[in-house]
Amino acid sequence: MDFVLGHFNYWVVISLMMTGLYVVISTGNLVKKLVGLGVFQTSVFQLYITMGKVAGGQPPILVNLPELEAQAEAGAEHGAELVAEIATEHSAEIVPDPMIASGDQPAEVPAGQPLDVELSTPTDLPEVTSLPSEAFDPLMGVVYSNPLPHVLILTAIVVGVATLAVGLALVVRIRESYGSIEETDIDEAEYKTAGQGS
Amino acid sequence: MSDLPIDIFTIIDLIIMSMLLVVGIALVRLNNLFAVVMLYGVYSLLAAIWFVSLDAVDVAFTEAAVGAGISTVLMLGAMLLTSREADPTPVLRRWTSFLIVAATGAALFYATLDMPSFGDAASPANSYVGLQYMHHTISEIGMPNVVTAVLASYRGYDTFGETVVVLTAGLGVMLILGIGVSGGQAAPSAPEVQSKTAKKSKDVSVKSTENHHIVLQVIAKMLIPIIVLYALYVQFHGDFGPGGGFQAGVILASAVILYSLIFGMEETRRAIPPRFVQIGTALGVLIYGGTGIVTLALGGKFLDYNVLNAHDPVHGQHLGIMFVEIGVLVTVASVMLAIYYGFAARYRELKDQDW
Repeated sequence: MDFVLGHFNYWVVISLMMTGLYVVISTGNLVKKLVGLGVFQTSVFQLYITMGKVAGGQPPILVNLPELEAQAEAGAEHGAELVAEIATEHSAEIVPDPMIASGDQPAEVPAGQPLDVELSTPTDLPEVTSLPSEAFDPLMGVVYSNPLPHVLILTAIVVGVATLAVGLALVVRIRESYGSIEETDIDEAEYKTAGQGS
Repeated sequence: MSDLPIDIFTIIDLIIMSMLLVVGIALVRLNNLFAVVMLYGVYSLLAAIWFVSLDAVDVAFTEAAVGAGISTVLMLGAMLLTSREADPTPVLRRWTSFLIVAATGAALFYATLDMPSFGDAASPANSYVGLQYMHHTISEIGMPNVVTAVLASYRGYDTFGETVVVLTAGLGVMLILGIGVSGGQAAPSAPEVQSKTAKKSKDVSVKSTENHHIVLQVIAKMLIPIIVLYALYVQFHGDFGPGGGFQAGVILASAVILYSLIFGMEETRRAIPPRFVQIGTALGVLIYGGTGIVTLALGGKFLDYNVLNAHDPVHGQHLGIMFVEIGVLVTVASVMLAIYYGFAARYRELKDQDW
């Protein structure tokens, strides 16, 4: 049950993605094709945002700002190295780069089973990441969702509409040249003009 | 975590997801393009609601403004210029597509089995650089909205590139469709347009809009200043809450689009000449890149805002982010308008019975 609930979002997102893909492949109408592409694109956005969600989290806009600023200033007064040291210390713990880790000990990795090694690293992560929150928590105990996917997707949406507009502009020009936006009609017209030309 | 296996947020998510699926399937089955385009707007709006539920307020904001707003307007425009009805798909093609999609879907389903569970705070995606940004934003950038900090400062290069992509797309549309700078040349019914421009503005607005649009005109005149004001609020409040240049640019453009929908293109061209829009598309990128050049000149790295204020790096960051966001605002708003002008320049005069 936990597994189903934990992965249900992905399945819905994939269903939506496939809906968009189906529209793109099946329809011969260029405007509907672009709508399908839009649905596909939005489902990719949803996939990213779903992955950035942290259970029990809130939007990545920092609350209790005065305390955080006081903390940051105190860190600066006592010597910025204190905060920086703790932060880097923990960042080293938080970020156990699997590439480096595996690079350090290449001899211990059996060449025949690379998959097992990759699978075992994520299971190590929870214990490692839970450490710094007890010792030093720059966010003062508040849980936030991951801001990084939000940034990527926010700009992707605007780029998406700009490129969609280019596609629609091409469709409009196709209609002006061929008098139709159905693939079959355009193919026929192309075939005829090619025949006349030769 | 809790006693119940399903909490209220999961239920909300499930409801939104099932609505998304229903809209998606309806999209597949419909052939009336008007219905398809309107359903796409509904789909975007539902997606935006889901983004709120997933804590992505900035993304939801953008999706609602872009997906449900500008995209739908553009698609309606393209639909009006092309056709209203799609040909039904032949049965053979339908089944072939279904098989391809089913195979792809099955492969992706299989791939999800290895994905971290939903909401897992320790998943690889949430553990590394995202967490770093959360921890360092307050001391390095000093603004509460981490999304804006990452967008404009930590990942300023990415955003610069994306602004350039938006400019490029705008250039593409201007090259393909024109922007209507040279009067009625691009419009199919050139003489009609020219005769109209010769008349006074009042005549045009009375003639091109029917009497029953008077209510719309009055309401729009009251709404448009508020929309513009809101866009500016979103722009300059982006450091503290959801918002920023991308959203503000789209909202600003939609204010102008509302004006043109109700008062006609001629009026809009007079209010905001296409020349200004063309200049704006490049000016925004220039402001963004110029900020980078200034930081270089001051001895920092490209888009390293710390050097903008010699005494307080955090203040320098604030300044840099403000300039960069203004650049984004100018480019996004101008490109959206340029695209809209491009489509609008292709219209013959639209009558009510055309619907």
